[in-house]
Amino acid sequence: MANTNLKGTGRLSWLIIRRDRIRIPLWFIGIIFFTLIVPVSFKDLYGTQQERDVMAETMENPAMIAMVGPADLSNYTLGVMTAHQMLLLTAVVVGLMSILLVTRHTRADEEDGRIEMIRSLPVGRLANLNSTLVVYVMVNVVLALIAGFGLYALNIESIDLEGSLLYGAALGATGIVFTGITALFAQLSDSSRGTMGLSIAVLIITYLIRGVGDVSQEALSMISPLGWVTKTEAYDANNWWPIFLMLGLSIILFILANYLNAIRDLEAGFLPSKPGKSHASRLLQTPIGLALKLQRTGIIAWAIGLLVIGVSYGSILGDLDSFFEGNDMMTELLANETGFSFTEQFISMIMMVMALLATVPPVMAMNKLYGEEKKGRIEHFLSRSISRTKLMASFVIISVINAFVMVSLTGIGLWSAAVFVMDEPFEFSTILGMAIAYYPAVLVMISVAVLLIGFLPRLVSVVWLYVLYSFFVLYLGQMFQFSDWVGKLSPFGHIPQLPVDEMMWMPMIVLTLIAAMVTTIGFVGYRTRDIEG
Amino acid sequence: MSVLKATNVTKRFGKFTALDGVNLEVNKGEVFGFIGPNGAGKSTTIRVLLGILKATEGEAKIFGKDVWDDAVDIHERIAYVPGDVNLWPNLTGGEVIDLFVKLRGGNNKNRREELIERFKLDPTKKCRTYSKGNRQKVALISAFSSDADLYILDEPTSGLDPLMEQVFQECVMEAKEAGKSVLLSSHILSEVEKLCDRVGIIREGKMIETGSLNELRHLTRTNLLVETKEPISGLAEMKGVHDLEGENQSLSFQVDTEELETVIRHVSQFGVVKLESAPPTLEDLFMRHYEGQDQLVSESGGETNG
Repeated sequence: MANTNLKGTGRLSWLIIRRDRIRIPLWFIGIIFFTLIVPVSFKDLYGTQQERDVMAETMENPAMIAMVGPADLSNYTLGVMTAHQMLLLTAVVVGLMSILLVTRHTRADEEDGRIEMIRSLPVGRLANLNSTLVVYVMVNVVLALIAGFGLYALNIESIDLEGSLLYGAALGATGIVFTGITALFAQLSDSSRGTMGLSIAVLIITYLIRGVGDVSQEALSMISPLGWVTKTEAYDANNWWPIFLMLGLSIILFILANYLNAIRDLEAGFLPSKPGKSHASRLLQTPIGLALKLQRTGIIAWAIGLLVIGVSYGSILGDLDSFFEGNDMMTELLANETGFSFTEQFISMIMMVMALLATVPPVMAMNKLYGEEKKGRIEHFLSRSISRTKLMASFVIISVINAFVMVSLTGIGLWSAAVFVMDEPFEFSTILGMAIAYYPAVLVMISVAVLLIGFLPRLVSVVWLYVLYSFFVLYLGQMFQFSDWVGKLSPFGHIPQLPVDEMMWMPMIVLTLIAAMVTTIGFVGYRTRDIEG
Repeated sequence: MSVLKATNVTKRFGKFTALDGVNLEVNKGEVFGFIGPNGAGKSTTIRVLLGILKATEGEAKIFGKDVWDDAVDIHERIAYVPGDVNLWPNLTGGEVIDLFVKLRGGNNKNRREELIERFKLDPTKKCRTYSKGNRQKVALISAFSSDADLYILDEPTSGLDPLMEQVFQECVMEAKEAGKSVLLSSHILSEVEKLCDRVGIIREGKMIETGSLNELRHLTRTNLLVETKEPISGLAEMKGVHDLEGENQSLSFQVDTEELETVIRHVSQFGVVKLESAPPTLEDLFMRHYEGQDQLVSESGGETNG
């Protein structure tokens, strides 16, 4: 009966809003903050048209175009610059927001049996899907309006009302398209992981198609919704047709999702779910194998991410010297050492930044040991014939190897892009050496995590403060002229910044020894404390 | 008068047949026990009845309306409690109860408070902090605080402690006294025995027995313990005697109900000193159907029905 299929949609919409009353504002704050802070800082950094034209020049290479899309670089006003460098990436984030939240209210709720409870009440069978669609279309419309009027309120000359509203609309429309895509996959896949994974895969693929298209074949970008985003040319040509195209696509997706939801069984999907293995592989039968399997996806994602970061830093190395000459802040940021080019100074700084980023996955891998404990799953090991030492050692080994791989990948990524854009590229071994020089510092961070898990598991997140401290002190330290000892409190402050500093083996050996010692103490703590959960 | 009637309901998932012509009838004012092992099709049957799954073949009606086409109408008058209750981790128990009551359209504040009191639930806690039993209490309170005509309960007590199980049983009896009907699927056979007027047993998607407990007992064996003055002979060879144990003058065994008279007559010749008989428990009945299906087929092929 069509007239009862939607019964209860209104009330369920309120339930969704109630459940997400924290989540939605958090996403809003994050997205709006970055949308508004960027043009403001651009205004400070690139106040004159001359400075912006220099920036435009560095943007004019295939790597940057593949990353942020095309723009009219001859008319690089603040508005065009903001839209060029920020709109696409922000749209990806908005898409991600829709994917995560829509999955949560569709397939995830269904998988956990909550939709079953709802469906046993006098509620139409399409009510949940449609209340999710209604709420997330509204959320994206509101986001579009806040972003649009917010940008206009900055009162920057080239950021006019129409362009701002179009900028916001492009964000919102992307969110609505991915609301539809996720709603569709929530019908096709029979798990929330599948729904999220497939939707994110679509997000990445549309981004890549657009990247390839923008560099080589314009027509290719036209099949990707994210390609449409850059076609709006906000603050320049102000094209509204891509917005209507996205809304049209969304309506088709909504109708398809509704149709599929109507003809399928609850908790069933259309894509075949392949049965899992009935036996554990030899590797999985050890604690180390299990630890590895649990983190596999995360490790792969981080590895790809760090490689991409390396590649993107590498791709700008060619134009750096000309870029820095026009930029006071960056010149200040790099303490001016005579005898080295800007590129060499810059590279030593980004190596440190990337090393700090590469610290995140191994520390996460280590903290997983406590995460499992909190969820009460460590008991399964300890109640069997696995000693605590062996258990912790499994996680330490994974984390230590993880760190080496991650640090190396940043160097590999950097080199593989730099070799194409630089006139006199660095040797592969030089770059890899620069990256790996930070390995002992990463080991110290891991050992701090081990120490905390051993003695103060509840405070395990303190290790992140230490990582953050290192970042601020060393990245911004030079600009604020901190005393030396402030930087020396971080293990990263002891690593020679190649190629500007000379290679010194002593601090690296000492750091490695400290890491080994702190880890050992952590083991002692872990063996003697109570296990939670 | 039947409140719920399923006729020949078949449900296939691809090639797998989960339900194979299930017939089920629950009358007004009756508590119907629905038993069967894991994977037999209890939950699938219930989901078809709730209009959540669409039957491949057959017809199911509640209050005379089709369970699929008129699901929303029907649901205004039924209350459902699943065995595995999952709730929204960041809502409190109280909020969830109100949501469910509101969605059904009722509003009985007194009843809600009374049940929260009886089930000893703290409604101010977030659902993520609740144990399995507490989440089940939330579902039970929402169900019993609504003024439903049919309660569909799918293993509702699997996480409750014995005290709370007692409260649950009281709630079911109250519902029954008020003329409501209950479809209770359960593994706890003592509970079914205590509460249910009629019982249906499902196996591999087929209903293999339906009837009152008394009717079902007729189809099975009585446990006997006998002590006699003289040693009993010839018992082991008699038709319908099973599981004979013990010494000559003190024997325990089971007798098929239809052979009871013959066996008692035989035993009485030896001078009965003591005779204890126990009716078969539901567990005996249940075990008999599931323990070794080959045995069932060879021993008493005629016993199964559709």
